[in-house]
Order: sequence, then C-alpha cells, then structure tokens
Amino acid sequence: MPESSTQVEQLQVGEPGPGVPKKDPILIVDSVTRTFGGMTAVDVAHVEIPRGKITALIGPNGAGKTTFFNLLTGFDKPDTGTWSLDGDSLSGVPAYKVARRGMVRTFQLTKALSLLTVMENMRLGATRQGGERFLPALITGLWRKRETEITDQALELLARFKLDTKKDDYAASLSGGQRKLLEMARALMSKPRLVMLDEPMAGVNPALTQSLLGHVLNLKNDGTTVLFVEHDMHMVQTIADWVIVMAEGKIVAEGYPATVMADPAVIDAYLGAHHDTDLGSLTGQLEVAEDIGSPLTGDIIEEIAEETPDAK
Amino acid sequence: MDFNFITLALSQILEPQTIGYALAALGLAVHFGFTGLLNFGQAGFMAVGGYSFAITTTQFGWPLWAALAACVVGSIIFALILGIPTLRLRADYLSIVTIAAAEIVRYTVKTPDISPITGGSDGINGSSDTFNALNPLPDIQYHLGIGTYNKEQLWIRIVGWVVVIVAALVIRQLMRSPWGRIVKGIREDEDAVRSLGKNVTWYKMQSLILGGVLGGLATVIVIIPTSLQPDNYGTQTTFFLYTIILLGGATTVLGPIVGSIIFWVVLSLSDGILSLLVSNHLIPITSIQQGPIRFIIVGIALMLLVIFRPQGIFGNKREAHFSA
Ligand SMILES: Nc1ncnc2c1ncn2[C@@H]1O[C@H](COP(=O)(O)OP(=O)(O)O)[C@@H](O)[C@H]1O
Ligand SMILES: [Mg+2]
Repeated sequence: MPESSTQVEQLQVGEPGPGVPKKDPILIVDSVTRTFGGMTAVDVAHVEIPRGKITALIGPNGAGKTTFFNLLTGFDKPDTGTWSLDGDSLSGVPAYKVARRGMVRTFQLTKALSLLTVMENMRLGATRQGGERFLPALITGLWRKRETEITDQALELLARFKLDTKKDDYAASLSGGQRKLLEMARALMSKPRLVMLDEPMAGVNPALTQSLLGHVLNLKNDGTTVLFVEHDMHMVQTIADWVIVMAEGKIVAEGYPATVMADPAVIDAYLGAHHDTDLGSLTGQLEVAEDIGSPLTGDIIEEIAEETPDAK
Repeated sequence: MDFNFITLALSQILEPQTIGYALAALGLAVHFGFTGLLNFGQAGFMAVGGYSFAITTTQFGWPLWAALAACVVGSIIFALILGIPTLRLRADYLSIVTIAAAEIVRYTVKTPDISPITGGSDGINGSSDTFNALNPLPDIQYHLGIGTYNKEQLWIRIVGWVVVIVAALVIRQLMRSPWGRIVKGIREDEDAVRSLGKNVTWYKMQSLILGGVLGGLATVIVIIPTSLQPDNYGTQTTFFLYTIILLGGATTVLGPIVGSIIFWVVLSLSDGILSLLVSNHLIPITSIQQGPIRFIIVGIALMLLVIFRPQGIFGNKREAHFSA
C-alpha cells in the first residue's frame, strides 16, 4: 500500500492498478474500443472515475486520450463498449444529450465562438432557456426573465475567471489562454456533474496557470467531478486526486499522483513514445523520468552514478 | 439625350422582382449569413414554393390562403428532403445536394410528361386571380413619380413590401433571441454548440426550413403580376441572391433588402447608361453585347466591394475583421 494513502482518503477498492474499482464511481467504462483503419486508437477494458474528485488522464501524444474523450461524450462512435454516468447508460447517446445529462467537455483545440461576444458565448452554455425554441423566441416577454438570470450567472462566472471586463468583446479578440478560460467558464454555465477538460493548460500564459489551478480546485469544492487531460506534470501533481495513465490506447497504470509515477509501466509508456531516445540507455530513461516528473528520477541518477563513477 | 432610364432604374425599387429577391435573399441570409449553411439551391426553394402556389391556384382552383399554405408546406418538404440526409454531415454535402436538387426541380417541371400540370417550358400564367380579388384599391391610375401603376400593380407592390417588412422584423427578433444565439453559434463552430447541449442538427433544419419558406413565398410575389417561368429559377438566380446578400451584408437583416434594391437599380441603370452610350455611338459595342457587359460591370463593382468593404454595406466591420 503506498504511504500516501495514509494521508489521503482512499478512493479505490483494493490495490491501485489499471481498471481498479472505485468506492464511489461516477463514470464506469467497459471495453470501449475504437480503430482508425487498422490502428487501434482506444482499447479500454475497464475504468472508473471517482465522484467529486479531480482525476488526471495522462499519457504520451497519440495515446488516445482525446479520442477517448470524444467517444465518451458522443462526438465519436466506438466500435465496441458501454459506459454509464451515475448508472445511466451513455452508449449511443448523441453528444448534445450527453451534455444535457450533466457531462460537459472542452476541446483540446479551443472552440471559442469567435464572432459572438464573450457574454453570448457564456449564455449559450446555459440550460432551461425557453427562448431557444423557435416560437417562444418570437416573444421576448417569454424569455426575458430567464435571460436576466442567465446573464447574472454568467457575470459571476466571468468575474471568477477574470474575464468580466471583456464581456462585450468578440471572443475572437481574446488571447489563446483567455479563450481556454472562456471555454471552461462556458462549460460550467450548465452546472455539470462531470467536467472533462482536454488540455486546459495548453497555450495558457504561465501567469494564468495558477488561477486556472484554483478554478479547477474550486470546481471540486463545489461538488463537481473533474476529469482532465494534461501534459503539465506540475498541474497533475498539484491538483489531481487520482491519475490514470494511457499508452497506445490502453490504460497502463492508475494510482495516486504521489506514487503513480514510480510505476515502471509509466516510464515504459513514455519511453515507447520517445522514439529519439535510446531505450536501453539510462540517460535516456533519466530524460523521460525528468520529463514526467517521476520519483524514479533519483533512482536513475544513482544508478548512473554507480555505472560511471567518474561522472560524478 | 434621353435620361428616362434614371426613372426607369428607380422604379426597380417597387418592382415585384426586387421585392421577391429581397425576401428570397433574406431567407438565404438566414441560411448562410446567420447559420453558416451553404445553400446553393435557394432557386430550388423558390421554384418549389412557386409551383406549389401556381399549380394549386390555377389547376386545383384553391383559394389564396390554401395555395399559400401549399407554398409553405412545399418549401418545408423540400427543406426536409434536402436536410435530413445532409445536415448531420460535413457542411459541403449540403451545398452539393442543394445545387443539384434545384436543377432537378427545374428540369423536372419542364418534363413534357407532366407539362399539363406544370406548363412545361412555358411555365404557368394566371396565378393572380385569387390575389387580385382581395384588392380594395379604387380602380384608377396611380402616379407615384417613378412610375404610373394601375390598381393591380400597386396592390402587389404594397402587399409585397409589407410581407418583406414583416419577415424582416420576424428575422430580426429571432436573431436577437436565444434561438438566434444558437444558430449564430452553429455558424462559428457547431461542435462547440453541440458540447453545450444543443441539438445542432435540429436547429440547422429549422434554419433551412425558415429560409426556404421565405424563398418559396418570394416567388409568389414575383409571379403574381407576371408568370412562373422555370428558367428563372436556375443556378444563376441563386448566385444573384448571393451577390445581393454579400452586397448588403450577409449577417444583417437590412442588408439583403437594400442589397436587392441596389442590385436591380444598378443593373437597370448600367443598362440605361450603356444603351445611351451605344445609341449615341460613344462606345464601340453593339446592343447585343450590352446585356453581358452590364453583368461584367456588376461583377467588377462586387469585387471592389469585397475588397474595400468585405462586411457588405450594413455589415459590422469588426465581424468582417475577425473572420478574415
Ligand atoms: N479521426 C482520426 N482518423 C484517424 N486517426 C485518428 C483520428 N483521430 C485520432 N487518430 C489517431 O488516434 C491516435 C490517438 O490520437 P489522440 O486521441 O488524439 O491522442 P492524444 O489525445 O492522446 O494525443 C493517434 O495515433 C491519432 O493519429
Ligand atoms: Mg489529445
């Protein structure tokens, strides 16, 4: 049992590892596969996402993380597999209905609606606006009240994300990082049960990353479950409660952030993706271990020191 | 020299053709400007709506309201036929299917086998009786400065413009509502809108229907004082409509209407100027060459407009700036 499990609440049942059951899962995925031509992009036998926690989905480029997100949210159809949110099956459910059921995602390539204002972007994320139907839309009186509520809610979120001064600007005028923030804030308008963020930190100005981490932690405090894909190991180590590692479409490791990096399967996963690295060489391993912030780094340095005493 | 052509050009403002094109262009603006649907078959909607109205009026003797309902239902069915297989696919499928479907409609109505109903290449005359029966205007000549009209001519012009204004107000209201927010979002990125829980395919269908019905009704205005001619609903008509909305501003409500006026006035004006120059031997072309040349002039004017004012006359400069 990892020592960190004495400090943090135990999330899983049994030993941490790929596909380990959770005490209180919100999302359960079974044998989901997706192939492109002959290439298997996703092949997930079983995985559970713990409720009310922040789970990081990591893995080298091309591991299938985005494809997995697309499948779960109805933006792509799997070849096989089933999955359910709070016990309700989501397989075959169209993307817009998945969102309505309370599972909202953001995109790796930001999708801010450029020629709508920041405020209109936000309002679009709201639910229960009768004026979105054709006939009620014709009579302003039927939807004005709800619109005011939506606007207030949007202003509150925008203020939290420090975008309130931009509310009347076109989304196109925002910086890349601000668009990421807008997309995340917009996804929160519907008060989802589960938010799935695909690389929320990519392209975000380092000055903003700290506040972004804060936003994600706030989500958890509000009771929202978060599943995010991220390459930034600092973010993973800082805010994730649980880490799932994907490589070549499969889940290869699962565990607590403090310990999962020590799993040799994780080093293997990243090594497999570092084609330019000499697989056998310890320095290559070191490079990878440092890259992903693995606790094995120390061990490898020691090993190198033993092999080549004069290098010290 | 004779400068009558200026009055003639200005009278285009009240021509049913201008009014009809304004309405059809408004429909196309709903598709292309607001929702981002690449409909290259607006002429097909115009034909389907027009034939539904003309056939039910002249062949079946339906009253005006029923024939108008047929026009609306015909346009809706056409939208469903085109939209159901294509709207869930990539955007280009809709353009291919609409451009082909519009041509299919035009060739089908010209087929000799169904000519007894559709009038074949000659089209359909006499769709105006039920409409003119409602005319409350006194039977005198009306002198309006830019032209003299009898009571029938004035009646269709008044009703036509009222229909366009009402349609414009409805579209304006819709585009300022949460419904309009969704279709504009779809224009920007439909997957983003989908991820926010909106049934994107259904909204695209609603937009296709709405713009298509406006196209169908437009033809009714055009054919009442004249006749329904199948060859007036070829691909060229759709491109005229695109010219009109790009001229006025595709993402505005006023743009398609003013665009239609400018298009027909300028076309008539350039025709007048060219005939003046030709008949006075001031330019070395024949009167036969005159027709194509005025379209060249319109084409050049449009190119200049796109270069210097890409958002159209009424478009929002910031919008065009960011989409560039
Ligand atoms: N639409 C597609 N068509 C073909 N191959 C795809 C498609 N989408 C993803 N892939 C492939 O699937 C694999 C997984 O991609 P992706 O899910 O984007 O990885 P990640 O997000 O983990 O970097 C990659 O090899 C990628 O090239
Ligand atoms: Mg990805």
